[in-house]
Amino acid sequence: MPWRPRSKMEKIQTTLDSNLQSVDKAEELALREAEKLGFDEDEQHQIGMAVRECTVNAVVHGNRYNKNKKIHLEIERADSSLTVIIGDEGEGFDFNALPDPLSPENLLRQSGRGLLLARAFMDDFDLHARPGGGTEVRLVKNLPQS
Amino acid sequence: MSVKLTSRQVGDVTVIDASGRITLGEGASAFRDAIRDLAAKGHKKLLLNLADVSYIDSSGIGEMVSGFTTVTNNGGQLKLLGLSKRVKDLLQITKLYTVFEVYDDEAEAIRSFR
Repeated sequence: MPWRPRSKMEKIQTTLDSNLQSVDKAEELALREAEKLGFDEDEQHQIGMAVRECTVNAVVHGNRYNKNKKIHLEIERADSSLTVIIGDEGEGFDFNALPDPLSPENLLRQSGRGLLLARAFMDDFDLHARPGGGTEVRLVKNLPQS
Repeated sequence: MSVKLTSRQVGDVTVIDASGRITLGEGASAFRDAIRDLAAKGHKKLLLNLADVSYIDSSGIGEMVSGFTTVTNNGGQLKLLGLSKRVKDLLQITKLYTVFEVYDDEAEAIRSFR
């Protein structure tokens, strides 16, 4: 296994506007912290894509590009894991009502795969109502055991 | 860098060479417009070359599926060429490898249309 640098816990908290530039910004911040923690290129790609997909959902489906609503981003870098929390100020939704993108009848749907990819690429994935309104997703990626 | 798309004819097959990023916004829109435009002009054998595509998100995948549906509904075929390991992984996770015909070799892909 390659040597991976260890670092003390560090947390970034920021709010972003509800637009596609914020998607790039969230991905960029997460990738920077993932690199610092020592994730390899493929792992960084997975983290970046998971953060991108969840931030797109927050901007497009949660806040619906509303200029008066913000995206709440937290990135926590611990010794052996990276945690990213993405929250929106939308109206929330019934998580159980989401169509299964892997069902044969849904395979040719144009959308609905973002959360599937985020879940596949991260070690922990939790989608829940955000305190105070909206939706929040918590993503965790652990460094492989050396 | 957003996506760049060019097309060329190899016999009766239209090869679309894509490069850059196919993500929500400009990249995915350009991708959708290019495929719909070719389908509207009567191109029925489309080979999408993704060898130089560095990144595709779920919106980009959605546009690929939409393009597949558009072309198929017009009586045509849309096949994929030159997928990176990361894009192949996306097709595995989303089970779209059961939908698309995927080739690594262009000549073989061209022959498959005949």
